[in-house]
Amino acid sequence: MDHDSYSDGYIRGILNTVKTIAMVGVSSNTSRPSYFAFKYLLERGYRMIPVNPSLAGQELLGQKAYARLADVPEPIDMVDIFRASQYAPAIVAEALALAPRPQVIWMQLGVRCDKAAHLAERNGLKVVMNRCPKIEYGRLSSEIAWMGVNTRTLTARRPRRLEGGIQRMALNRVTLAGGSTDAAMHAQSSEEAPDQTTRQDRP
Amino acid sequence: MTDRTPGFATLAIHAGAQPDPTTGARATPIYQTTSFVFEDVDHAASLFGLQTFGNIYTRIGNPTNAVLEERVAALEGGTAGLAVASGHAAQVIVMHCLMRPGDEFIASKKLYGGSINQFNHAFKNFGWNVVWAEPDDIGTFERAVSPKTKAIFIESIANPGGVITDIAAVAQVAKTAGVPLIVDNTLATPYLCKPIEYGADIVVHSLTKFLGGHGNSIGGLIVDAGTFNWSREKRYPMLCEPRPEYHGIVLHETFGNFAFAIACRVLALRDIGPALSPFNAFLILTGIETLPLRIQRHCDNALAVAQWLAGHQKVAWVSYPGLPEDRYFKLARRYVPKGAGSVFTFGLKGGYDAGVKLVSSVKLFSHLANIGDTRSLIIHPASTTHRQLSDAQKIEAGAGPDVVRLAIGLEDKEDIIADLEQGLAA
Repeated sequence: MDHDSYSDGYIRGILNTVKTIAMVGVSSNTSRPSYFAFKYLLERGYRMIPVNPSLAGQELLGQKAYARLADVPEPIDMVDIFRASQYAPAIVAEALALAPRPQVIWMQLGVRCDKAAHLAERNGLKVVMNRCPKIEYGRLSSEIAWMGVNTRTLTARRPRRLEGGIQRMALNRVTLAGGSTDAAMHAQSSEEAPDQTTRQDRP
Repeated sequence: MTDRTPGFATLAIHAGAQPDPTTGARATPIYQTTSFVFEDVDHAASLFGLQTFGNIYTRIGNPTNAVLEERVAALEGGTAGLAVASGHAAQVIVMHCLMRPGDEFIASKKLYGGSINQFNHAFKNFGWNVVWAEPDDIGTFERAVSPKTKAIFIESIANPGGVITDIAAVAQVAKTAGVPLIVDNTLATPYLCKPIEYGADIVVHSLTKFLGGHGNSIGGLIVDAGTFNWSREKRYPMLCEPRPEYHGIVLHETFGNFAFAIACRVLALRDIGPALSPFNAFLILTGIETLPLRIQRHCDNALAVAQWLAGHQKVAWVSYPGLPEDRYFKLARRYVPKGAGSVFTFGLKGGYDAGVKLVSSVKLFSHLANIGDTRSLIIHPASTTHRQLSDAQKIEAGAGPDVVRLAIGLEDKEDIIADLEQGLAA
C-alpha cells in the first residue's frame, strides 16, 4: 500500500482496534519524545509495554519493561518502533516470531523502512510509517486542536469526551475526512457500547 | 483511500469548530476564563511539561482562540496556527523565535508603514537588524543575504500601494540562503492567495483587517507551514536546542512539522504575553465564516471604483494591480487571479489641498486609519499618518502630497462611486 499518506479511516481503525502497544526504544528520560508518547498513550487507556534493554527489569510509569519483544509475557497488538529506520527490519522479524503475532507495526515520525514494511505486510500485518500515534490520536480526537494544530478533520457531529478525566477526548469522533471506520460507527450506533479506547464502560 | 479535501468555503465555516462536547452548543462558545482547572497534580505536570494537549491559562492558549488558530491554519494550508493580540504582536512573536541580538533579517521596502516603523525602531532596540530590499528587483534580496541573515519578510499584496510581490522568486532566495520566508498575507487573505503554495514557511496576519472584516476587533495570527527544517543548520536554538524552560525538550524533535507554532506559543507568547481576548477571537471567527463571499465583493467593488477613478478628469493616476495598465497587473494575474484586493491609492491633480478637500467632503466613506472593514474607508496619508515626514520621505513611502488611500467596502458600488463623485466635485 501507499505509505506516503494514510486515510484518517485507516489510522483511526488501527488506534481504535489495538489495546496493547509495545514501544521499542522508549526512553526513561522525561524530556524525550518517546517518553511523551508513552505517557500520553498510557493516559488515554492503552496498555503500554516498554521495550528497551537498558530498562529491562525496571518500571516506566508503573509498567514493567522488557529487553526485547520475545520477553514480553502477554499478547501484543501493536509494535511501535522508536528506533532509527535501519533497525526496523530486525524488529519486524522479532515481531513476526511472536505468538500470537501483533496486528500492527507502527514506525515513529522520522522512521521509515519500506523493506521492513513489505515484510510485515506480506505476513498480513498493517503498517504505519513516519507518524506518531500520540499526534494521530490527538488529531483524530481533536485534542491536538487545543494547541492550534490543523487536525485536517471537519465535523458537525458532537465529539465525545473520554471518561475519567477532564480535557480528554475520545477517538470515536465522526469526521468528514474519513472518520467512518467500523469501530467509530459501532460506537455511534450504540450508546452503551464500551469505549473502544479506554475499554471502560460508560456510566 | 485518500480522503476528500474540503473546499475553501467549507473550511471557512467549519475548520477548527465542532459542536461543544459538553453542551452541544453549535456556535463556538466564548471561553471567557483566565484559567482551567487541573484533574490532579500529574495532569498539571503533564500540561506544563508539554506532554499532553490541553489548556492551562489563556495567555498560553484558550479553546475559543484555538478554533481561530486551526481555522486560519486550514485556510492557509499550514500545519498549525497561533492567535495573538495584534498583527504587530504576531511579528514580534515570530521574530523572537528566530532572532538573537545582532542577527539580521531581510525585508521588502514596500511594506505596511506600521511594519516599517516596527522593524526600524522597536526591533532594532532588540538587536534584530532589518536589511531592506526592493521587491521589484529580486537581486536586491540575493545581495542582502549575509551569514547573519535569519529570515526574509515580505507582503503578498503590500499596503497601501497595491504592490504585488513575486513570492516564488523570493522563496527561492530564502531556500538558497537556508532561511525561512515569512509572508504577511493580510491584504490578500488566503481566499486570494495562499503564500505557502509558493514557498512561504511562515504566514502572518493582522486579523483586524479582512479576516475579521467588520472593523470591530484587533488580532493577529501566525501560521506554521511545517516546511522548514529547523534542525538542519542548528541556527535556530529556540527550535533545535534543548530548552532550559522545559527541562531540556528539543521542540523540533518533539513536535515535528508544527514545532514553530509550538515555539511561538510556549516560548514567545508565554514569556512576552500579547494574548488575544477570546471575545475578539469569537468576533473574528464569525467574520471568517463569510470570508470568500466578502472578499470577492470587496475585489469586484474595488475594480469598479478603480476603473471609474482612472477615467476621472481630476485624477492623475490610479495604482490598482487589477487594472490592465498597472505595472503589477501581470503578477496580480499570477498570484491573486480572483481579484487584487480592495486597498489602493490614487493621485489627485490638485495635490495636497485636493486630498484634504476630498476626505473632508465624502459622506459615505469613513475618514480613518484602518482597512478591511465592511464600510468603505478613506485616508489622505500626507495630512495624517505620514504628516511628520518630509515631502521626499512621503513620496518614498508612497504617501506623497497628492496620494489618497481607499479601502473599498461592501456597499453597493454605485453608492461608493456616487460619494466619490460628489466629493471630487465639491
